[in-house]
Amino acid sequence: MAKKEKIKLAFYWAATCGGCDVATLDIEESILDVVNIADIVLWPVAMDFKYKDVEAMGPKSIDICLFNGAVRNSEHEEIAKMLREKSKVMVAFGSCACFGGIPGLANVANREQIFNVAYKETPSTVNPEFVIPMTECEVRGEKLTLPEFWDTVKTLDQTVDVDYYVPGCPPVVDRIKDAVGIIAKYAETGELPPKGTVVASDKSLCDECPRERAEERKLKWIYRPHEVKEVDPNKCLLDQGILCMGSATRGGCGARCPNVNMPCRGCMGPTAEIKDHGAAVLSMIASVLGLEGEESLSDKEIEELVSNIKDQLGTFYRFTLPSSLLKRVIIKANREK
Amino acid sequence: MNKDDFEPKILGFACNWCTYAGADLAGVSRFQYPPNIRMIRVMCSGRVEPLFILKAFAIGADGVLVGGCHPGDCHYMKGNYKARRRIELTKRLLGQFGIEPERLRLEWISASEGKRFAEVVTDFTKEIKELGPCLLKSKTEG
Amino acid sequence: MEEKKRIITISPITRLEGHGKISIFLNEKGNVKDAYFQVVELRGFERFCVGRPVEEVPRITPRICGVCPWAHHMASTKACDAVFKAEPPPAAKKLREMAYSAHMMHSHQLHMYALAGPDFYVGPKADPASRNILGIVGKVGAELGLEVIHARGYAQRIQEIVGGKATHPVCGLPGGMSKALSDEERDEIEDKAKKLVAFGKQALSLWDDLVMKNKELADLITGDTYYHETYYMGMVDENDKVNFYEGKIKVVDPEGKEYVRFEAKDYLDYIAEGVEPWSYLKFPYLKGVGWKGLVDGKDSGIYRVNSLARLNVASGLATPAAQEAYERFYDYFGKKPVHNTLAFNWARIIENLYAAERCLELIQDPEITSKDIRGELGEPGEGVGCVEAPRGTLFHHYWADKDGMVTKMNLVVATVQNNGPMCMSIK
Repeated sequence: MAKKEKIKLAFYWAATCGGCDVATLDIEESILDVVNIADIVLWPVAMDFKYKDVEAMGPKSIDICLFNGAVRNSEHEEIAKMLREKSKVMVAFGSCACFGGIPGLANVANREQIFNVAYKETPSTVNPEFVIPMTECEVRGEKLTLPEFWDTVKTLDQTVDVDYYVPGCPPVVDRIKDAVGIIAKYAETGELPPKGTVVASDKSLCDECPRERAEERKLKWIYRPHEVKEVDPNKCLLDQGILCMGSATRGGCGARCPNVNMPCRGCMGPTAEIKDHGAAVLSMIASVLGLEGEESLSDKEIEELVSNIKDQLGTFYRFTLPSSLLKRVIIKANREK
Repeated sequence: MNKDDFEPKILGFACNWCTYAGADLAGVSRFQYPPNIRMIRVMCSGRVEPLFILKAFAIGADGVLVGGCHPGDCHYMKGNYKARRRIELTKRLLGQFGIEPERLRLEWISASEGKRFAEVVTDFTKEIKELGPCLLKSKTEG
Repeated sequence: MEEKKRIITISPITRLEGHGKISIFLNEKGNVKDAYFQVVELRGFERFCVGRPVEEVPRITPRICGVCPWAHHMASTKACDAVFKAEPPPAAKKLREMAYSAHMMHSHQLHMYALAGPDFYVGPKADPASRNILGIVGKVGAELGLEVIHARGYAQRIQEIVGGKATHPVCGLPGGMSKALSDEERDEIEDKAKKLVAFGKQALSLWDDLVMKNKELADLITGDTYYHETYYMGMVDENDKVNFYEGKIKVVDPEGKEYVRFEAKDYLDYIAEGVEPWSYLKFPYLKGVGWKGLVDGKDSGIYRVNSLARLNVASGLATPAAQEAYERFYDYFGKKPVHNTLAFNWARIIENLYAAERCLELIQDPEITSKDIRGELGEPGEGVGCVEAPRGTLFHHYWADKDGMVTKMNLVVATVQNNGPMCMSIK
């Protein structure tokens, strides 16, 4: 039997922390299985291939590209488009590529505000002339360039067409092994799952979480995690008044945060039916908070009831702001993207 | 765009049993109100998901009005109680997004309050006109 | 010479955590005239954490770095301790330091075998396709290669038990930790820590055999191409030994003399950051000495952090096998401080052994399974949290209002402090 030709794999990172690549190495020796069936042609964290190596490749010559990180600047956008052209299959790997992730929280601000803070206002910064990084500048007769920093962070699928999603911050080893399984099957048979498949559970985290849920939820108050001195390790966190987003979030991560008494913050993104992660969490909380005696609450009492939920935008959209309906905060300034 | 030329687009969610009937009554009784509002009938104010409100602003609404039965009169007993809490939280969320919370209003309007419906819509339209365009659509496009 | 041939751009820089490019400008003779290490990324944490509840920030800032998330999680949690004027109980501190030692091992091992290491173990002149973790497995053989892979796995597992996740832990709370250790967990960790101590010693032998005994590599490391005489900064405990979790910040001058020793909360008196238009990354320097440009020497405020710096600053390591390795290191070079940039990699392996011994020491402490892991909280205010990240001293500084919401934030991040030195090294 003729030896099967190796497929070509590429890994790339845009606005990311590198955690997705570390998680990929956490599959330990399974990485050797990958190497047996694939030639890796780009992987900045682990290998020394350069952009020009990829530029030289023909269209659709890369079989599968695993792209992690959000699209924050012109270089990310450019490379995303280049890799889309060169790849048969594009996978949004990790929450940043899927939904915007933590870098997506920058959509509460814009370039001007971020530069002001980073390069002027922070107390350790000494920059009396307010020098800022320039897309083009001249230093000692030479022209130096930097990518342009956009006002708004985008998800991968807002930039190029995406075939599959592997959510998680970072994706857990078991789901990465699922993805490796998909790649292996493709290498063997050429078959792929339906376009748009998300490599995670189709059920919410509650289905996976071992904690016991109350028959009826009746929350009187929402506590911030540090306000609860003793967390019952067996009871549902939401029933203990701790705001947990698990009911609106995809499972498949092993409920690792609730395992150490910390509530879910939604890094696996919304379940398939949810169109806007934050809105779903808001609706859920509003439904179960203040249920007992709801018929006699005055307006003032309702305001008081929700007053300990301090930061809906930053909590309910912690990982999904760029993928939300509103995408970003309105800043009444004159600068457009 | 001149403030005087600005014609707000307002989306109204009216519950079938109270507010929508009240709106009908306003029409039949010929109580005048500005044409800026587009009405969507829902079975209960409790049906109005925060998602609908965010979507309204995302597609170009300058204001959203939610109308339901007076507390205690909900056709489904408790729907409007949940609406109260949802709208309160949604207003705060909108504020964080840079959308003035006043652009979202919750009113209890019964089937017999035709006049009141017209008054509320007139007042709300005026308030939105003063606030100006929401600008969200231009910021989120692209 | 043609315009195009005068500029060499290396993009992207590989096998680091971050995004950068190197622009090299040649003169007419084809020699390097100027070289610039340009960091091309910025995300804006100091801005978008404003408006967040301060106790959530330890779950946001680890995303600054997926290779060293615990460093940010710990610095962030300690900053929250300070914001709430909270003193974590001793068991909480031990639990934090124990898990953090495991993290140092993961990060140093990743660096040694997946990031910088391959250039040494496989050889700097080898084909790019083999200068990576897979090339190392090829070089040392499958059995040892698997041990390398598994060792980091043990470290990751320890972090997962304590922090929920190895990458992006969630256990830190103002004044304490979210969950105590069970007896079963304690046993599992102790077993892995012992294996990691053994591996730590083996890693040192591997470096000796494959690198220091290779004349070409040894010359590269001890030679003066990669050599800068700078100040050094690191965290030391009350015995002047390296500590990653808690201590005072000590700075020595290029001759090794103590320049200053300060409490982390006073960092603004000593450190400033400058900006250049050709990089998104800022340039920290010692305020007292001043910014003199990208140059060496006692008069330049440039300083270095990270493994070599920590060893240069301290008077030793607090655990026996690591201390022995420390002494051998300085004997080899014959002097202290060691200024050879490539020696950071050797220093890293010594630190890995210290981290393993320290982790074992702490997991065997009878208090490590105590349930008393939450301290009392006061009214929120301002606070600084500082730890030694694998790549250097890390400062998190938060200001919170009376509701505990972040109003301002300042970060001086480990690698950033090496920005100036990295630019100098490139040139």
